[in-house]
Amino acid sequence: MSTKEKTWWYVGGVAIIIYALFPVAWIVSLSFKAPSDIANKGFLPTSPTGENYSTILTGTASDLFLPALRNSFGICLIATFISCVLSMFAAYAIARLDFPGKKLILGTALGVAIFPVISIVTPLFNLWRQIGLYDTWLGLIIPYLSLTLPISIWTMSAFFREIPWEMEQAAQVDGATTWQAFRKVIVPLAAPGVFTTAIIAFFIAWNDFAYGISLTSTSVARPVPAALGLFSGASQFEDPTGAIAAAAVIVTIPVVALVLLFQRRIVAGLTNGAVKG
Amino acid sequence: MASIEMRNIVKQYGDGFPAVNDVSLDIADGEFMILVGPSGCGKSTLLRMIVGLEDISSGDMVIGGKRVNDLAPRERNLSMVFQNYALYPHLTVFENIAFPLRLSKTDDAEVRRRVTEAADVLELHEHLERKPANLSGGQRQRVAMGRAIVRHAEAFLFDEPLSNLDAKLRGQMRTEISRLQRRLGITTVYVTHDQTEAMTLGDRVCVLRKGKIQQVASPRELYEQPVNLFVAGFIGSPPMNFLPARPEGNRLTTPFGPVELDQKRAAAVAGRDLLLVGIRPEYFEDASLVDEAKRPLGTLFRARVDVTEWLGDQQYAYIPYEAPAEITSQLRDLSRELDSEELRTQAIVSIDSTSRIREGREAEFWLDTRKVHVFDPTTGENLTRDAEAGARLTQMAEEDRAEQVQEAQAGMQGRHAGAA
Ligand SMILES: Nc1ncnc2c1ncn2[C@@H]1O[C@H](COP(=O)(O)OP(=O)(O)OP(=O)(O)O)[C@@H](O)[C@H]1O
Ligand SMILES: [Mg+2]
Repeated sequence: MSTKEKTWWYVGGVAIIIYALFPVAWIVSLSFKAPSDIANKGFLPTSPTGENYSTILTGTASDLFLPALRNSFGICLIATFISCVLSMFAAYAIARLDFPGKKLILGTALGVAIFPVISIVTPLFNLWRQIGLYDTWLGLIIPYLSLTLPISIWTMSAFFREIPWEMEQAAQVDGATTWQAFRKVIVPLAAPGVFTTAIIAFFIAWNDFAYGISLTSTSVARPVPAALGLFSGASQFEDPTGAIAAAAVIVTIPVVALVLLFQRRIVAGLTNGAVKG
Repeated sequence: MASIEMRNIVKQYGDGFPAVNDVSLDIADGEFMILVGPSGCGKSTLLRMIVGLEDISSGDMVIGGKRVNDLAPRERNLSMVFQNYALYPHLTVFENIAFPLRLSKTDDAEVRRRVTEAADVLELHEHLERKPANLSGGQRQRVAMGRAIVRHAEAFLFDEPLSNLDAKLRGQMRTEISRLQRRLGITTVYVTHDQTEAMTLGDRVCVLRKGKIQQVASPRELYEQPVNLFVAGFIGSPPMNFLPARPEGNRLTTPFGPVELDQKRAAAVAGRDLLLVGIRPEYFEDASLVDEAKRPLGTLFRARVDVTEWLGDQQYAYIPYEAPAEITSQLRDLSRELDSEELRTQAIVSIDSTSRIREGREAEFWLDTRKVHVFDPTTGENLTRDAEAGARLTQMAEEDRAEQVQEAQAGMQGRHAGAA
């Protein structure tokens, strides 16, 4: 690459980074502004303050925010776990076996994935109220599975298809049952796929707003995105902008941490050396 | 250890294509059997049916006296080296080799002992803690072998294990495999493409064509008494020359002059019109270099040499000849099936490396007519095959082999006694 070309790549890269990160920076900056400072017409706070953070963590908004944080974590982790396990089996079957209706399953999964959430929220609201799932963890986990499973199955089956089938046959010849071959050879090799899927599933569940706001009514099950919408300012005339910004920063942290933690595991080419050539 | 018997094995894939068609083959306990044939003839399919990775459409697969058609691979206790090795990339070399033992819940001390033993045989010691991704092709191949020998399996199955190695390493691994098999005395089925491997490794070689067995015999018998045109053309490198011929009494008229036949062979070909005579390149010689004593055993002819290839220890000359159209198309089909390069109607002739025969000139050649075979061009059948002589060759190979196995195993015991 010539120097000129390189320069352009840098300029372009920096432009994209600024474009993508500017809103994040803005939120962070907002979260350090005092309520009276919000409209200071400047990017940076006049005098940075931790007031918003103490409001949501220990102050008036804490009994709204903290349970929501706990709910979000619990519900999303459980939904992610179930979705990963189920999609692992489903994807394995799809990648390995030839059975009638395979196309149908994949097609349905895609159909469910693109089905607009808002159109099922109302019937679900009624149904959940009838059968007692309204405002419970399970009442959110189930719809979250419907959001995460299709994409998990798609991602995971792409990973499974990459694993040479001979690995598994070799294991069977070596004396493994189908289950042992799956557990001792396929799962370890599919680990990057499992982590990728887990991250994607977690994001989807973590970011949900429509189900969260509609299917909960108290802090028993209300997740963070729904709780953020319920923040109120110190007085009727004050927007809770600062508090919301602070909460937004806090809920971003686990997501970033998750990616940093797992990105080492999402290494491509784990199957290097399995087969020759 | 066990014998493997196949009775009328058929494999039809989902699309109805018979990849293996009515194969019956008996492999004796401790025998080294080679499966060869052109690409797509069903070698891998047959091997995978033995090991249980492929369902058998019909027929019986009997291993160690027990019908195994409906047994899962793990219940057959066979070990296999895959064409692409199929090592477990997430495990170290040690754990790769130990994998079958771990599955059978062998205790740790025993696992260590057996893996160390296998690593000894295969010289893998300094690599035991490494991952397969960091090994060379030959090392990976040895790990795959280690995984196969670590267990006391009934038989070894190899699917072109050396096909991706370079020539030198291939030679090295070939002797390694041969030595190992003799020492362990375990029934082995080995699929290969490679002439040298087929001829040097096996006790017997099974030649397959389009899912059907053509001939099962010792390498020598295949070479000297092939049953048909296909086997004759497939075994041997450079391949056998096929010349058009017309019988006239006790002789055949060929593009290279008349070929005299003995009574028996002459009787076998009598009454036919057009024939193919099969002559191996080494039956030819530069006439000026042939002993006076040998001369009367063959015929002399003059021909123009198109190209010569001097290889140091050998020399080949290419001699073009005329052939009738029907023969030409027949030969072209055959060479296409044998995956050899487009055959022009030219004979490949092996001459002494000191010969001064030049390209583009006429020269005089001598042809040893004692061992030529005559084939029916339409059916491909070898009309002059001497079944008894062939059987004698295979019998001799078996005796040699028994001796070698005894020696190898006595040697091993001697070493053990010495070590103890
Ligand atoms: N899964 C399959 N479905 C349908 N046909 C198949 C399948 N696997 C193999 N075949 C066919 O069966 C025939 C034999 O295949 P096989 O793999 O046994 O050949 P091979 O002798 O091992 O060839 P090569 O030397 O190229 O490995 C081929 O013609 C192939 O097209
Ligand atoms: Mg094959």
